Amino acid sequence: MRLAELRVLVLRSQGTNCDAETAHSIRETGAGAEVVHVNKLLRGRRSLEEFHALVLPGGFSYGDRIRSGAVLAKLLASRLRRELQSFVEEGKPVLGICNGFQVLIETGLLPFGEVGEPMLALAKNASARFEARWVHLLRGAATPFTEKLPRVSRMPVANAEGRVVLPLGREQRLLEELEENNQIPLRYCSPQGALAHGEYPLNPSGSFADIAAIATPEGNVMGMMPHPERAFHRYMYPDWTRNGAQGKGDGYRIFQGMLEYAAGRL
Amino acid sequence: MVPLREASDEELAEISERRQLALNLEEMRAIQRYYRRLGREPTDVELETFAQTWSEHCVHKTFKGVISYEGEEIDGLLRSTIARVTRELSPEWCFSVFEDNAGIVDFEGDYAIAFKVETHNHPSAIEPFGGAATGVGGVIRDVLGVWGEPIANTDVLCFGPLDYPYEKLPRDVKHPRFIFTYVVAGIGSYGNNIGVPTVNGAIYFDEGYVGNPLVYCGTLGIVKKSKYKRSARPGDVLLLVGGRTGRDGIHGVTFASSELEEGAEETFGTAVQIGDPIEEEKIKRAILQVREEELGSAITDLGGGGLSSAVGEQAHRFGCGARVHLERVPLKYAGMKPWEIWISESQERMLLIVPPSNLERVLEIFAGEEVEATPIGELIPEPRLEVYYRGEKVAELDMDFLFSGLPRVKREARWSPPELEEPEFEMRDLGEELHRLLAMPNIASKEEVIRTYDHEVKAMTVLKPLQGVAWDGPGDAAVLKPLRNSWRGIAVSCGMNPLYGKIDPYWMAASAIDEAIRNNIAVGGRRIALLDNFCWGNPEKPENLGGLVRAAKACYDIALAYGTPFISGKDSLYNESPLGAVTPSLLISALGIVEDVRRAVSMDFKERGNYIYLLGETKPELGGSHYYKLRGFLGTSVPGVEPSRARRTFEALTRAIDLGLVKACHDLSEGGLGVALAEMCFSGGVGAELCLEAVPVSQEMRADFILFSESNSRFLVEVEPENAGQFEALMKHVRFARVGETSGGELVVSYRGEELLREDIGELKRSWQRGVAL
Repeated sequence: MRLAELRVLVLRSQGTNCDAETAHSIRETGAGAEVVHVNKLLRGRRSLEEFHALVLPGGFSYGDRIRSGAVLAKLLASRLRRELQSFVEEGKPVLGICNGFQVLIETGLLPFGEVGEPMLALAKNASARFEARWVHLLRGAATPFTEKLPRVSRMPVANAEGRVVLPLGREQRLLEELEENNQIPLRYCSPQGALAHGEYPLNPSGSFADIAAIATPEGNVMGMMPHPERAFHRYMYPDWTRNGAQGKGDGYRIFQGMLEYAAGRL
Repeated sequence: MVPLREASDEELAEISERRQLALNLEEMRAIQRYYRRLGREPTDVELETFAQTWSEHCVHKTFKGVISYEGEEIDGLLRSTIARVTRELSPEWCFSVFEDNAGIVDFEGDYAIAFKVETHNHPSAIEPFGGAATGVGGVIRDVLGVWGEPIANTDVLCFGPLDYPYEKLPRDVKHPRFIFTYVVAGIGSYGNNIGVPTVNGAIYFDEGYVGNPLVYCGTLGIVKKSKYKRSARPGDVLLLVGGRTGRDGIHGVTFASSELEEGAEETFGTAVQIGDPIEEEKIKRAILQVREEELGSAITDLGGGGLSSAVGEQAHRFGCGARVHLERVPLKYAGMKPWEIWISESQERMLLIVPPSNLERVLEIFAGEEVEATPIGELIPEPRLEVYYRGEKVAELDMDFLFSGLPRVKREARWSPPELEEPEFEMRDLGEELHRLLAMPNIASKEEVIRTYDHEVKAMTVLKPLQGVAWDGPGDAAVLKPLRNSWRGIAVSCGMNPLYGKIDPYWMAASAIDEAIRNNIAVGGRRIALLDNFCWGNPEKPENLGGLVRAAKACYDIALAYGTPFISGKDSLYNESPLGAVTPSLLISALGIVEDVRRAVSMDFKERGNYIYLLGETKPELGGSHYYKLRGFLGTSVPGVEPSRARRTFEALTRAIDLGLVKACHDLSEGGLGVALAEMCFSGGVGAELCLEAVPVSQEMRADFILFSESNSRFLVEVEPENAGQFEALMKHVRFARVGETSGGELVVSYRGEELLREDIGELKRSWQRGVAL
């Protein structure tokens, strides 16, 4: 299938606020994108099946009440469980960005691709603050989303709850499992590509094991804290006045990887 | 009914006081005469309507009144100074000025940019988180209220010194540290949640803000001119949309029009509102859809004065009347009195006016976004404001009297120069002085604050507030790229100099305008429009008003000479606390056009071996400077502005930027040449060598004065040697000089062969980053 024939669902709800630029990024990469309110899916007016890929953009869904992403996740997990599960099992790509990552964790889809209870959490940043800053990311496990990225890429984060926390006492075991299954595609690192080892602000949230993104073992579902849509073009970089405004940025590669994968499997 | 017709003057004053109407005796008498003519007594709803419609906050009586100043009779200060600039310039690119919720200027094709700046000072003094958050929410609604899509926020904050001694705080005044922390949190919370980036701002600290902090909130938005609907007529439905109405925010406008007295928290506790950014995000979606489908005939926000203000002003604007049924207003809880519903300032509400034939579709759009939308009445042909509650008429007012019956305020203004003198002191080690200046809270890095604001959501922020090799240098202005398919951008900047106002408000205002403009020019902005926001003490005190008049006169003189119209503005008077009047403060915000965002210039030095030019003349102008402040002085030699010379500098610099000759550019402001140069060095990771004797000066000056003078209209520019000839040719009508070169890792300053200063740029940066901790 050609990229242009792909239809990507950018799902929004109350408080989603990065849907327009995310949809635009998808269109600029060459596919079709449609922003749809979750209520339309819940009321059966639209269906997940219409789409080849699903993107959950950033924002504050339902005001992040209870926990970040929790309300939207519960709506999806309770009312669209079957559709969502089969979407994932068909191998269609699902990308969660920032709040979308939080939603994927809360649905249980991350890390093991099963809608259900959350197994880990995105907790309040160690700095106890909202952190809006650019970070360096080290490419790890191969996924369709990250395969086009250079070894070290740059994108901005903007969140108050971006710290990956694994269940107490089981951190090491689960980490090993995630590593063995190739489920950690991106980690915070230094400009030269050395792992941040928790050092602030290289790892802006104090995320466990410098984890910036998590994917399912199959690799078709990924959540990431950084915002690829804000690093889509070089002129969006914080130092483009030094290094040039021409060309696409690292964020573009995330969308490119996702869409080429989606096109390739159809 | 409130018995008013037979009331004595004392009783009138007492009624105004007891009901928190903030109306003066003359105004109460005018209302009394009105009811004597009608032959009946006013209802409480009617009195409240007068109180808010005639409040300083809503009607700006001081700026529209008659002021006698030094034998001169000023008939409307706004009209004869600020608005007059725009009238005399009348640029064809001004789409709407001073008449709507925000100023609107042309951008590209059908697109225009709206810009509005508001203040939320008193609420932030009492409850800093809620006060600041609703300040952001309120100004975003101003942009929605011109059918605009909000795309960026600005914020300028003024606090008392963070190390202010607790024992000096009067009762009921909160510590600056507390106010600072929670104001910043409130702004971040609202802006981040609603998804509007905070792209530009400033923070000032001064003793004069201890009792009365200032919170300026601005919003920019995109307007489609063809969808800017202002065509309401009788029969159209008044549709209240958004959050429910409660007791929060009752008497906000009269609160804003009073001094902050001890016990204000008890008296005006209900005046502070609670914000819900997600509600406003939903409203925004629905309104933009209504805009796209062109279903509304008018729109306005519910801000100060609530329904009373919104309904009254809209009916007045379209030359008709209105009928409202208060029992239809959705409430947060039962038990509210009709007058409370009428003037409540509960947040996240807007008033749409919709032709009846479009109502069904509009209701469907709001339901689709899960936003309550309720028809509460309609416009009527008769020029009357009729308010009903459960079938009973609770108010009937003549629109004409309501909007033109307010007795014009007559005020006295006086200004005499403060008794100050120019200090005499010895020069100390300049390296140490530079470190100390960089750590002064007004100059030091605000990175910790900026990083708690999402400044990139919407992916339009091309030139960010933090710039340079390590992404942490202090940018002069933000540049946004509002349209996906155009390289055209906007530059957003500001200027403010509260210290200069302690010497002369005229030159303070002139300097603020100059600063806002040169910040804009420095990144590549042009065709600049200005906004003015005055925060002053009680204007009924002639010496306060005298300073205000001087500042307004400077606005006229300087903005006219620069050819930069004012498009919107707001005054917040009565900024007084038990510690006295606030430091008189004028914020100037500037909106410029950048022809191609890829040509925007950042302030960080790019490479070693480039030439450094200083544009503009340096004068012994250190009155109100941070160098004097560091040494414990104020002085008298406040910086002046020479618009005709400055304009030549601005225009030449813009040409040089357009030709791609400028590698870096930074304006000189607080801390002068020394601070600007240090900032360019450590932001770029590149050192510099500066020869002070090369600096163009107006007269023989001490080395430390050359280094730290705050003369206006100056820039530092980095140019590659191969472009030097072309650059210098462009500058031939400008006072300028090549003052040094970029070099290794140190900043070195020499004067007539003697080395005055040699500092490691990393160390300078550490001093600068130590100054303000969140």
